[in-house]
Order: sequence, then C-alpha cells, then structure tokens
Amino acid sequence: MFLMFSSQSASRTAEAVDSVMIYIVSVSLLLLLGITITMIYFVFKYHRKKGHKPVDIHGNIWLEIIWIGIPTILVLTMFYYGYMGFRTMRDIPENAFQINVTARMWQWQFNYENGKQTDTLFVPVKTPILLKMESVDVNHSLYIPAFRIKEDVIAGRINYLSFTADLTGSYDIACAEYCGLKHSMMYTRVVVMPDEKFTEWYESEKTEPDTNITAVSQESQSLLFEKGCTTCHSLDGSKKIAPSFKGLMGNERIVLRNGSEMHIRVDEEYLRRSIMEPNAETVKGYTAGLMPIQKYNLNDNELNKIISAINSLN
Amino acid sequence: MANGTVALEEKSFYEESTNKYSGILSWLLTTDHKRIGLLYLVTICAFFIVGVILGILMRLELIAPGPTIMEAQTYNTLFTLHGVIMIFLFIIPGLPAIFGNFFLPLQIGAKDVAFPRLNLLSWYIYVIGAILVLISLFLPGGPIDTGWTFYIPYSVRSTTNVSLAIFAAFVLGFSSILTGLNFITTVHRMRAPGMGWFRMPLFIWSIYSTAWIQIIATPVIGITILLVIMERAFGVGIFDPALGGDPILYQHLFWIYSHPAVYIMVLPAMGVVSEIIPTFARRTIFGYKAIAFSSLAIAFVGYLVWAHHMFTSGISDTARWIFSLLTFIVALPSGVKVFNWVATMYKGSIDPKPPFLWVMSFIVLFSIGGLTGLVLGSLATDIHLHDTYFVVAHFHYVMFGGTGTIFFGALFYWFPKMFGKMYSIKWANISVALFFIAFNMLYFPKFIMGYMGMPRRYFDYLPEFTNLQVISTVGSWLMGITMIIIFANLIYSVKKGKKSPENPWGGVTLEWHTASPPPLENFHEIPTVTHEPYDFSQLEEMKHESK
Repeated sequence: MFLMFSSQSASRTAEAVDSVMIYIVSVSLLLLLGITITMIYFVFKYHRKKGHKPVDIHGNIWLEIIWIGIPTILVLTMFYYGYMGFRTMRDIPENAFQINVTARMWQWQFNYENGKQTDTLFVPVKTPILLKMESVDVNHSLYIPAFRIKEDVIAGRINYLSFTADLTGSYDIACAEYCGLKHSMMYTRVVVMPDEKFTEWYESEKTEPDTNITAVSQESQSLLFEKGCTTCHSLDGSKKIAPSFKGLMGNERIVLRNGSEMHIRVDEEYLRRSIMEPNAETVKGYTAGLMPIQKYNLNDNELNKIISAINSLN
Repeated sequence: MANGTVALEEKSFYEESTNKYSGILSWLLTTDHKRIGLLYLVTICAFFIVGVILGILMRLELIAPGPTIMEAQTYNTLFTLHGVIMIFLFIIPGLPAIFGNFFLPLQIGAKDVAFPRLNLLSWYIYVIGAILVLISLFLPGGPIDTGWTFYIPYSVRSTTNVSLAIFAAFVLGFSSILTGLNFITTVHRMRAPGMGWFRMPLFIWSIYSTAWIQIIATPVIGITILLVIMERAFGVGIFDPALGGDPILYQHLFWIYSHPAVYIMVLPAMGVVSEIIPTFARRTIFGYKAIAFSSLAIAFVGYLVWAHHMFTSGISDTARWIFSLLTFIVALPSGVKVFNWVATMYKGSIDPKPPFLWVMSFIVLFSIGGLTGLVLGSLATDIHLHDTYFVVAHFHYVMFGGTGTIFFGALFYWFPKMFGKMYSIKWANISVALFFIAFNMLYFPKFIMGYMGMPRRYFDYLPEFTNLQVISTVGSWLMGITMIIIFANLIYSVKKGKKSPENPWGGVTLEWHTASPPPLENFHEIPTVTHEPYDFSQLEEMKHESK
C-alpha cells in the first residue's frame, strides 16, 4: 500500500527494498486486522448488557505456544528477506566505478578519479557505482530515495554506498542526518546518463555535461564554494543569512562582542578572527552562533587563500 | 464516602498530612507517596502541555514549504526541545513517577514506599532538572539545537547551550535511578502478607521490570553526558573526530541507554493495560505468567538491540545483521502481551467505559507502532527509512499512541481513586474518539511521507510533500482541541465533579479495598491477601466488607 505513494524506483536495490516492504506490510496488515476485528467482536459479543456470566479462563499453554511459535517463524522470514535485500546493496562488483564524496555543512562535493569535481553527482547508467564518503565537519547522511539507499557520512572514517542505476534521469539526493541550520536545504541531484554521454563528459574539460538538468555555478572551482562559505555568504552583495563577501574588505561595520557594540574596519586580522572563531564577534543585525567554527575545516594555506579570495571581491 | 462505609471514621490523605505543616508546605515537605504522586502529576502535566504546544508550533511551521511562522534556527531548537521535554520530562518519568508512586504501595498493601524521604528527594531532583532545562533556554547562546539525540560532532560544534541542557538530562537521570531503587526495594520487602510474587497485580510486575532498567541503564547515559560536557569544555577528544575521537562510540553509548529507555517508557503502560482489561471484562487475566515474564523478557532483550538505531552509521555488516535478528526477537514478547490481552476479553462481561476505550485505542495504535517496528528492524527497509518521517511516525505510534494513550487511560481509570470524584463519562468518550481520529490524521501521513523519502528534522521540504504535511498539521489542531477537552473535563471534575462511588468500576486489586481517596496510611489495617489479583468472586465479599 505504501508503493502507491512511493517515489519512482530506479534501481535494483529499490526493487529489493519494495518487495521486502510489501511482504512485511502484508503480514502486518493481516495481524493488525486480526487483532482489531477479534477485539471489537469480543466487545460486542460479550458486552455486559447481554448478561453473560463471565468465565475465568486462566490461560492455555497451547495457545501461548502457538502465538509465540507462529510469530517467531514470521519474524525470522522477515529478517531473512530483509537481510537478502540488504546483501544486494552491499555486494559490490570489483569493477565498480569509484567516486569520492565529501560532505560539509551544507553541501555535497563529488570527486572523480580523473580530478573532476562537481556538486551534482553524474553517473553512467547500468554501471555499478561505489561512493566512498567522508565528512569534514559533522555527521551527514547521503540519501537517494529513488534507489532506497542511504549511508551516514562521518568525519574521520570512510563509509561506502553502492548502487547501479537502471534508468536514466535525475533523482534527489538528500541529507538524512541532522547537521544544523541548513540541513533541510542540503539537497543535490544524481544525474544518470547514457554511457556514451557520460564518457564524453568525463573525458572532456567541461565541469558540467550537456544535459539541461542542472547548472553548476561558475564559482564551483573556488575555495569559497568548496568550503561551503557561499551557502550563507553571497558573492554579489545580495543578503543571505550572513553578510555578503562583496566589498567586505575595508568596510566599516558594527559588531557585537560580549554583548557590547563596537565599530571596526574589516581587515585581514578581522577576517582571520571571524573565520576561525566566528562567534566571538557578530555583525549587528545577524544571528550569532550560526556559523560553524572553521578551525577543523581549514588549514593555514586554505585560510590565506580564502582571505585573498574575499579581498579580490572588492 | 457514602453512608456507613469504613472510610467514614477515617480522614483521607488530603485531610491528614505526614508533617505538621498545612497548605502548600504540607505538600512540598510531604513524604506520603500519594501526595508525591500528585506533585509529579501536576509538574509532569505542565511539561506535557508545553511539549504539545511546541509540537503544534512545529506542525504549523510545516503547513507550507519555506519559512511560514519562524526561521530555520528556531525550528531546530523547537524540535530539540519538543524531544527533550517529551522524553526526559514527560514520558520517561510519566507513568512510573505518577501512577507507580500512587498505586504501587496501594496495590501491594503497603503503607508507603520503602524510602519515603528518598521519594520526595527524587521529585526535587526532577524539579531541579526541569528548572535547568528552562534556564538553558534563556541564557546567552540560545536554546539547544542538536536534536534530543545530542549527536557528536554537532553537539560539540553547536554554540547553543548544549552543556547545560544535557546536564539537566544528567540530573533527571538521578531522579529516575532513585525512583527505580525505591520501587524495587518496596516490591521485595513490603508486600502484604499472602501476596506472593504471582499474586502481584501485573502493573507491579511492569513497574518492577521498569525499575531494573532505570537502575541499570541510566548510569550509562549519565557517564556519556559527562563525557560530552568534558569534550565541550576541555576538548578531551573521546568522541570528536577532529581531536582523534570516534563519533560512532558516542552513538553506541547513547543508544545503550536510550533504547532500553524506550521500554522504561512503554512497560508501565503495558502494566496499566493488564489492570484495566480484567476490571472492565470482569474476569481474570488470560496468561498471567506469560504477561509477567514477557515484561522481564522485554527488559532483558531490550538491552541487546541498541545498534538498530545505527544501521546506516557504518558499523560492520555483521553487526548489522546480528542486531537486526535480535530486534525481531524483542518483538515477540510484546506480541504475546497483545494476544493475551485480546484473549482476556473472551467470555468476559465487558463494560466499555472510558478507561477500556482508551485501552482499545491503545491496542490498535500500539500494534501499528509495533508492526511498523518490524519494517524498521529489517535491514533492507531500514536502510531506506532510517532518519525519515517513517521513523518519526513509528515512534509516535509507540510512544504517544502507546504510552501517551495509556497515560490518559490510567488517569481516567484511577481518577476516582485519586480524587474521590467522577468526571463526565460522556465527554471522556468523546475525547477518546477524537483522540483516535486526530492521532491518525496527525501521524499516519508521516508513514507515507517517509516512504516517499522525506527526511526527518527538516525545516523545509520539497513541494510534493505539501498535501500530506497539511493533513498532518490539521490533525495537530484536532489533537490540541482533544487535549483541551481532556484537561477541562478532569480539572473541572476535581473541583466540582460529583462524588464518585468507592469502587466505580468494580476493581478487585487492593487499591479498591480501601476508601477513595485513600487514608494517609492507605489501609485501616494491612490486608491479608487470600486471592489471586484478578479474582472477581471477591466483589460480593467486598460489598459486604463495606456495609
């Protein structure tokens, strides 16, 4: 009954999960109806108004054995089908096409073996894909509902996820593990392409293939984008949840430090401080505590590059 | 206290106090288990109402995609607080602290619990924990936004008041441990003469099993919380991967407590169901020992299934199938209970008064919750449904549809005993029906959204989910109205309700052998137990007793 509502199924894993679902839900529905109907029948049949004299029945060992035994068999079959379905997700052919995934608040990044880097996942159809995934900050979870698969993406360890897409098309990728402010906006797409189109793109210089499905923004190569800064800071002066980077350097502004207002001029030292300890000072009019501490996200070299990138936006 | 009953010569516990004070002080310094149960009732209901309001606000935000009445950060703190309040301040203490306190000594024929002063201390610890939660909302930094699971690394990175809020959970844990300790000792040492283990009412068995989980599992969360606080304050590096720690270790420790805690929440409710069905079917329980031992089995196997919350965390495939298998095993004792309850209605003399209607509603909602648990125990389907609305629907069916429903069932069952008054039966019937409709409207669409791929803890959602989200939100309004009807009915009846007969339902467990409300030390003289707990042949004798 859930399948009427479910999103399209676009892989073998999806079919496996759906058939386990049908099995468990059918058995459960029978049990639920059995329990409910019996209960309502008893309430009417043995209603006090009918004046039956109640009979004290203390139990019946055979009934107990039956309703422990049959459910045991039922749940063991459910376990078995669930396990077999799971196996289809975890059996990875040796020739699987590997893509490395980096997750950060609140952005996905896909790194191909030939150095290509995208924020949308492009894969060839009917080819086993192996995603090796790691987070640079908090826990995330890469979830593709159309394939019925997900796996958490965690800092300090590499988790993997595998699938073979059977149909070309574009499907949602969501973050399923709560990761803070913009968790619900951490969506991207997986684009499944015909083999030859994929190869053509993969071997070309282009970052974005010739499909009309998605546009990868121009700044995708810059560190500002890779590190997730542009999720909250715009590059064109428009207001997002944090101040824009445009014209930031040298600008005068009012910040709150320990609750008191201070006038400052944005210089390199200020930028360095507010990247590494973003919550020590907050620009007036913006919410404190939203920006993740970047201490663990950036090395010195990257910090310098980011500051010069912001500088160049004047 | 109708004409000529025994109670006429005795004052009720409202009129007689354990201390020399009167008014509010006689309550705040009381060591009477019944008064302490009522103190819990008032405080826990207050937090329940706060949790309901937070839930309704969240649903309102989700009535349309994009920001509706609040910003993302506010929403994230709301679902965290809704979880923290409902779990730590309502549903874990709920049934044991209110009804366990009030009825455990009454049902085993004791004057009080084993350690009355410790009992009062437990309430104060609960209040201190609750105040700490409230303080954490208003200090600079803002309310906690990590989700009630406090997963690391986010809970180390968040600049909100995480440390204080989880310290509150640490404090509340002590209240839980001490209450459990008190109940275990009471059950072992203070049963009335003649009350062997298998003459105990099944509510006592369930409270007893729960108490063991409270004592054994709660310290694990206590230690884990202290480690997280140390991690935040000193950067110790046990869990934080940036310092070489392991965030998965945190998840293990968290769920080693929090999964058994699910049974702390639901076992007492199962105990209440085992009380209500025999009383209203006026026959003995079917399969007494099966129900009693299934409580112990749940308490034991419940320790061994925690990693089913972590099937997608990257634990080994071997660990995944072992925990999946054990999860299916823990479903069996719950099934045994449901089958025995329904069998207890067979050849009874059923009078479906409001408490019984709550139980019928419970059996349907809890079965849906339990059966969808099978979907989540199975590996293939859990990989798809983990951290989606399907899980949210599942645990609301178990927790709110199960324990929440029976919270009201217990309240409507024992209300005349606790207050000596009767509520409006008509409005009580209406509220059960409304509750059932509102509940399914509110939570059933979440099963469908979950299977469609709607992740949980989302401030915003894709447009295809809008219709189902709207149905769910309208359900939350209906649920709000139902809550108003329930509390209005009960509060009005406490103040102005008709006097209740001594034994309005014809119950035979020991709490019905004394006055309503009971005297200070519960019984005129400690009763000697000569019957099994649900032997309704006593009803005739009981009528003679009181004449």
